[in-house]
Amino acid sequence: MVCMPTSASTSLMLPDPLPLDSGQALECVEIAYETYGELAADKRNAILIFHALTGDQHIASPHPITGKPGWWARMVGPGKPIDTDRYHVICANVIGSCMGSTGPASNAPDGQPWAMRFPVITIRDMVRAQIALLDVLGIERVHALVGGSMGGMQALSCAANFPDRAERVLAIATTARHSAQNIAFHEVGRQAIMADPNWQGGDYHATGKAPDAGLAVARMAAHITYLSEAGLTDKFGRRLQDRAAKSFGFDADFQVESYLRHQGLSFTGRFDANSYLYITRAMDYFDLAEEHGGRLADAFRGTTARFCVVSFDTDWLYPTAESRNVVHALNSVAAPVSFVELSAPYGHDSFLLEVPALDRVIKGFIE
Amino acid sequence: MSTPTSLLRPDLAVIARHVPAGARVLDVGCGDGILMAALRDGRGVDARGLELDPEKVELCVSKGLSVIQGDANRDLAEYPDGAFDYAILSQTLQTAERPHQMLDHLLRVGRRAFVSFPNFAYWRMRLSLLVNGRMPVTPHLPVSWYETENIHHLTIKDFRALLTEKGVKTESCWFFAHDREISPFRANWRAEHAVFQLSR
Repeated sequence: MVCMPTSASTSLMLPDPLPLDSGQALECVEIAYETYGELAADKRNAILIFHALTGDQHIASPHPITGKPGWWARMVGPGKPIDTDRYHVICANVIGSCMGSTGPASNAPDGQPWAMRFPVITIRDMVRAQIALLDVLGIERVHALVGGSMGGMQALSCAANFPDRAERVLAIATTARHSAQNIAFHEVGRQAIMADPNWQGGDYHATGKAPDAGLAVARMAAHITYLSEAGLTDKFGRRLQDRAAKSFGFDADFQVESYLRHQGLSFTGRFDANSYLYITRAMDYFDLAEEHGGRLADAFRGTTARFCVVSFDTDWLYPTAESRNVVHALNSVAAPVSFVELSAPYGHDSFLLEVPALDRVIKGFIE
Repeated sequence: MSTPTSLLRPDLAVIARHVPAGARVLDVGCGDGILMAALRDGRGVDARGLELDPEKVELCVSKGLSVIQGDANRDLAEYPDGAFDYAILSQTLQTAERPHQMLDHLLRVGRRAFVSFPNFAYWRMRLSLLVNGRMPVTPHLPVSWYETENIHHLTIKDFRALLTEKGVKTESCWFFAHDREISPFRANWRAEHAVFQLSR
């Protein structure tokens, strides 16, 4: 299934063409976003939260397709660590995605879906769109930028490229550049999609067929990288799925297989395969040091924000060493930075799950 | 919000009184950030911290302090030369893997350093060791030898000898017994704690 732009969120058209790192410019860019809490009269209580690869703007409100609670409902809301009684929280769908902001599933000026004609975008391009949104909303400087995983990359990129736009920057379970291993896993996912005959060079939108099998495999492979080995063992072990013995076949004998198949399948109901290609590409191209002459410290020269960097001890996708790399760079330009490695069993996904220490760090840093 | 200087532990109070307003300070092993908060709120000091225990880092972050979780034995090497006016090491030298190298790093990262440590030559320690023949356990060093973090016990004389060997200048020093400042007279016998202000 191809996900359609949804009208569940507020959306607006950016007034100007969006310049892209590729040298192109994207016209008529639509940004779909959600807000929670009141914006103060002086507009200084805004917190901009960046979502991760397959996330969206529905941070604390039910997802319009799945009906599930928002992806960070445990963190954002009245009386929550990011307290919407005090702060005006904004979360916008990234460009390239498929939840209402302009992406490969949107129509190009010729009235046909962009598909693979959509320009290749970068993390910095996503950030430019978010800054353009803030400009339209008349918000000069946000109280905080917050993001985990790809959201953390945007938070760092925003701090580096728009150093005056935030008081605080909170980057969780993230990195300043995609490693060879990160790129490798993404390439597996992209190849799975493009090897699906239903992908049809990306022009599947009008055909009634979509590369669901490929997209599901991409999601399954990626999902493994979001969990820890101990977490998987704890949750599934070698337990069999609804059967007493192995079937000596290729059904989902093991619970872990059944779980992954379910994850893959349910993902195809809410995500566009081409969007997956474009966003993973943007993450793979991300290297904040490279953008700034090869030295990460130079990316943060001139920053005016306070930083907090958080990693998790079981996250092998963006391990603590990557966070330390960021902290080291910030330190060497004397930027005020805090760093903590939290202990949590859930791997990379820890930032989305029940980790009370993260709640305390976020609440403490934001106030 | 923070503790007034007068209510700080006496070694910390001395340090807090001698850091000039507006200075840039690195507190190595900053614990729950009590000194950093006092310096920031009382003297407008730009204080940064390094602390091993994630729960203490969490506490510091919730006080709005900038603290990096890390191991001073390893991570001090990553700080650039002369990044701070003062580097502070309170009650941590004796826990270092290589105290002499940590001292080098302190005086590389900071133009000046404050170092405080428990004096193992305090007379009660000497007496306890002499009479009982066992490693002393006192209110200030309350942990048995096999559990203590203090892996490099030292005396004031030992510390002075190390400073001489390294050519480090003592700008000031203060001594404490029973949580009160005492005169420097025969400090190596009479002091439980010492604080040194050092420079190259």
